[in-house]
Amino acid sequence: MDELDRQLINRLQHGLPLVRQPWEALAEELGSNSATLRARVQALLDDGTLTRFGPMFDIERLGGAFTLAALSVPEERFDEVAAVLEAMPEVAHNYRREHAWNMWFVLGCATPEGIAETIARIEAETGLAVLNLPKEETYHVGLHFAV
Amino acid sequence: MTLTLDHPQALQLRRLLEAGLPLVSRPYAWLAEQLGASEDAVLEQVRQWNEGGLFRRVGVVLKHRALGYRANAMLVLDVPDAAVDAIGRQLGAAPGVNLCYQRPRRLPQWRYNLFCMVHGREREQVERQIERLLAEQGLSELPHQLLFSTRAFKQCGGRFAPPAERAHG
Repeated sequence: MDELDRQLINRLQHGLPLVRQPWEALAEELGSNSATLRARVQALLDDGTLTRFGPMFDIERLGGAFTLAALSVPEERFDEVAAVLEAMPEVAHNYRREHAWNMWFVLGCATPEGIAETIARIEAETGLAVLNLPKEETYHVGLHFAV
Repeated sequence: MTLTLDHPQALQLRRLLEAGLPLVSRPYAWLAEQLGASEDAVLEQVRQWNEGGLFRRVGVVLKHRALGYRANAMLVLDVPDAAVDAIGRQLGAAPGVNLCYQRPRRLPQWRYNLFCMVHGREREQVERQIERLLAEQGLSELPHQLLFSTRAFKQCGGRFAPPAERAHG
């Protein structure tokens, strides 16, 4: 990754300008050219540095629902339970964290009822109780990573 | 071709955008061609959705671990209910706090009702940053814990394709 990649990633985290020729606008800002910038984004998607390029939909505005949930998984069952979640399309991401509640994951479903159904399925498949912590209030969302 | 999209065209556009924005010189012209609409109508619809909050921006999802952000801490605090809005706004506005949400307590298993995410490159640096932050904000006395992630099993960004969708939390 070189300086142009870094500038491009930092800039794109704030959004592509909503104009007819967005890459031309960006090329002017970054002192590059539009074909180069598009090729860089494609390369960053291909090598996995970027996992998506496009509109960041607000799932709740689409009628969908999110929740943050956790499990307290016995050490010897950790990989087995992680594999159960891995296979479920409703699980957006899953992290091991250092705590008695050691598996933390986000569920995204098309409907609020889908969340309850998914939690019931996880409990049935793992035999473990899910700690369901849907957000009640948002104070700040600003996930930017300077690279 | 008209200057506004009809309902089926708008739905089709949304579906196309869920797959991402095409990496071409004039992406809205490319999308318009798929819909049999005009470039301006597509761009106008995208602007309206953006302003209306259907999506937050046309941007990127990073695999932040691949970029060296390996110290990912979830700071959880037990804040008196009457103070949670004020403290949530205060911490949410603090530098380094990427996300800040109120979530329910689940007593007796879980007492914490305020959640902040802080990402950094080194664990010790993130620990110091958070303790300094709490001290500066006068919040060190609140019961709190730091939950560092030690492994990411699944990280997929912002995809939503109803009815079987994926999402980013």
